[in-house]
Amino acid sequence: MSADTLTKARLAERVHDSVGLSKKESAEIIDDVFDLMRGALLHDEKLKITGFGNWIVRDKAARRGRNPQTNDSIIIARRRVLSFKPSPVLRVALNAKE
Amino acid sequence: MNKKELAAKLAKKTGLSQAKALEVINVIFSAEPREGIIAVELDAGRKVTIPGFGTFATKSRAARTGTNPATGAKISISAKKYAFFKPGKTLRERVSE
Repeated sequence: MSADTLTKARLAERVHDSVGLSKKESAEIIDDVFDLMRGALLHDEKLKITGFGNWIVRDKAARRGRNPQTNDSIIIARRRVLSFKPSPVLRVALNAKE
Repeated sequence: MNKKELAAKLAKKTGLSQAKALEVINVIFSAEPREGIIAVELDAGRKVTIPGFGTFATKSRAARTGTNPATGAKISISAKKYAFFKPGKTLRERVSE
């Protein structure tokens, strides 16, 4: 894993540092957090984490597309995709001038 | 599901108090200045990868000239970073079922 990526293990360490749970507990709790979030999305629920962003599962209608390599016209079947919209707070945080 | 409901479920599943559960969620997801593990990492230009869930990263949008639609005046819009979430393969496939 490259140094520019925060993994779950290091996320657990940070939670341990700031909340005062043991490292083992922190790791388990992080798994629980993301399991619960995934569960909500798979049950068709909108997921809203105030101050961070919202996730929503959207239905996409079937549409006509094109294979860019062969130019063949194809039908893209209707499908469901997960989209994420960052909150205004997060947008501002990423563009703050020091 | 909102943050409070997530905290309640987390408390029930782990035996933490609701207050502690909310604290953990805020430590991970807050986006207030210099708070929130994910936001701080993204602001520093790094990625956060959660296997089975997805990857948080940033993308840049170039500066461009826009037009104020009410007055027609040209305005310059500076370059921006925005947060981007890519669902992991497992989650993407299960959502589409």
